Amino acid sequence: MSRTLSEAESKAFLSAHGIPFAPERLAATPDEGAAAATELGFPVVAKLCGDGIAHKTERGLVRLGLTDEAAVRVAVGELLGAAMPQDDATGVLIAPMISGTRELLAGLATDEQFGPTVVVGIGGVLAEAVADVAVRLAPIEALDAEEMLEQLQHRELLGPFRGEPAVERGLLVDVLLGLSAAATTNADLLSVDLNPLIVHDGRPVAVDALVELADTQVAP
Amino acid sequence: MIPGLEQYRALFEPRGVVVAGASTHPGKFGFVSLHNLLANGYQGGVYATNREGSAVLGVDTIRSLDELPSGVADLVFVCTPKAANEELLRVAAAKGVRAAFLTTAGYGESDEQGRADEAALVALCDELGILLAGPNGQGVVSTPASLCAQIVAPYPPAGGIGVASQSGNFVSSFMNWSCATGVGISRAVSAGNAAATGVVDYLSFYATDPATDVALAYVEGIPDGRGFIGSLADVAAAMPVVIMKGGATSGGARAAASHTGSLASDDRTFDGALRQCGATRAASVEEAFEAAATFATQPLPRGNRVLVMTTAGGWGVVTADAVTRHRDLELVELPDDLRDQIDQHLPPRWSRNNPVDLAGGETRDTIPALLELVAAHDAVDAVIYLGLGIQSNQARMLRTGPFAQDADVARIVAYHERQDARYARAAHDVSVATGKPILTASELAVAFPDNPGPATVRATGRLCYASADRAVAALGHLWQRSRFLQRRGLAAPASGSGRGAGPRDD
Repeated sequence: MSRTLSEAESKAFLSAHGIPFAPERLAATPDEGAAAATELGFPVVAKLCGDGIAHKTERGLVRLGLTDEAAVRVAVGELLGAAMPQDDATGVLIAPMISGTRELLAGLATDEQFGPTVVVGIGGVLAEAVADVAVRLAPIEALDAEEMLEQLQHRELLGPFRGEPAVERGLLVDVLLGLSAAATTNADLLSVDLNPLIVHDGRPVAVDALVELADTQVAP
Repeated sequence: MIPGLEQYRALFEPRGVVVAGASTHPGKFGFVSLHNLLANGYQGGVYATNREGSAVLGVDTIRSLDELPSGVADLVFVCTPKAANEELLRVAAAKGVRAAFLTTAGYGESDEQGRADEAALVALCDELGILLAGPNGQGVVSTPASLCAQIVAPYPPAGGIGVASQSGNFVSSFMNWSCATGVGISRAVSAGNAAATGVVDYLSFYATDPATDVALAYVEGIPDGRGFIGSLADVAAAMPVVIMKGGATSGGARAAASHTGSLASDDRTFDGALRQCGATRAASVEEAFEAAATFATQPLPRGNRVLVMTTAGGWGVVTADAVTRHRDLELVELPDDLRDQIDQHLPPRWSRNNPVDLAGGETRDTIPALLELVAAHDAVDAVIYLGLGIQSNQARMLRTGPFAQDADVARIVAYHERQDARYARAAHDVSVATGKPILTASELAVAFPDNPGPATVRATGRLCYASADRAVAALGHLWQRSRFLQRRGLAAPASGSGRGAGPRDD
């Protein structure tokens, strides 16, 4: 059995391993949401946050491109209203809308035969259909991480693209090394999902995170 | 007991072999294996047991291993039924046998009882200090010992490729490719049920084996992935390892909470693990064999810049496409100084570009001179040479046609055949002199293997690729390994142009 951490807990856990996230605030009410958005700067995104929520996009629990306080209030109200008991919702996350044409993914997975693995690939909602990923056994070294990027079928996406600068590969390598370190220092870490990892001005920024842990509280 | 060098020597270089369960019936394993042992030049002592004590294939058999003199046989090749094997192995060990190859079926591959019997077999061999190969395996081949202890053909030419396979059929496939191409095998073993000794254990032995330059393996399920990769990494540090894996596409989709989990399929994980340890992965049996054969017979390229040289147009264009399409190879832009130098050797109609297309402008000494010129250039890391054997193919038609007696026809036939042999020899010599790979491709290698072009490539110990695409694929594998070693500051182990690529007798 396994359990997943909420988005906020997932991000806190991964931030400790150097994964770069956009700043965000957890709002319990529409007013708190509006205040947070003003502080962070518009446009923002609003996402329902809770321990039991995965695949937020598919369930319509993500609102993008909110440009003023009124829109934020409406979105927060609707998201709180859409929460189901099993979501264990703790509030709505407000974060600046990170813009970038390119969306990558990075994460960890546990293979039955090979144990913990580090993964990087083309991300976004099409990730599974595109299925362009590179995998290595954890722990990895910087050279492995660089070769993972080189291995991607669509590696040209890492170069200069549609007026945006090339991805700073060193920062991507750091994300992968951070994930690798997280895997080797946490034996109950089963999987990590950073999708999308948006390339903003050449820098990868994680805007979502899902951490899955082995459930060590199962009765013997 | 972890088998040591003594046990592996007993398996691959036995001073004597005893076939347990030799049969007078030519359809039985006990007949075929004794036959194959006798038919391929094995110089050690050959012994055999037979229940009736009948002579088999001229060998005076003994009724039981009890009658075997001590210390004459290192390897027992077991064709007896399961029930006989415990007693047999105990006596064998007492007589000094250190390795057992079991063809016997009905062990772990069958049922619950079989699995229990297999566990007992492993424990027994462990207790006796015997390396257990199989059970349910096809046999073992070792060309330095002229050993062909197997229940199937063929027996391959000698060379530097060490084969281990979870499936006996693929041992045969790789050896058949060896026979077809002339690129030889050092050792080959079918792991059978791999009860005690698995594919990676054999590969680990090959890594220390002076007779082996390249390891080639077929694997299916890998229960202990981490252990497998750990051992494989040590092998790959010592020599090139080519892996072909069955079941590559199964188990791709699995229930996972995350996108990452579902994208990290079994196959992608295995693939990444191989890249991480510097092993080479091949998707098909010919790609696997040709990658191994190329590692065994060509030097590693120091870079990825490829020059294509052809005597005729279309081949060069398509090969240039294949090089360009390859993710890691580069079709080198022809340097100006090299273009100027080539101008000295050819009339102006040549391509003046890469591919270097001679456009029929070559005379007697042009091809050896150009091979030397392009391979020696600093901007070129590898050469693919096309067009070998065309004139000899015509010569063959002349030689077998109705005008063969004509003196002029006979003279041109001899000239063409001499020239093609010379070109093939030049490709080899220039590769040795420059330390750069030169791969020759022609379907004549398959269509007319005795054409003096491809036949001479074979005689130099190298592979004549059946198509340029296959040469490009093989070269890509060499470059990927070279790059892996260079990036990690690992010296490329001496490969190619050594044992594999020397004049051959056959």
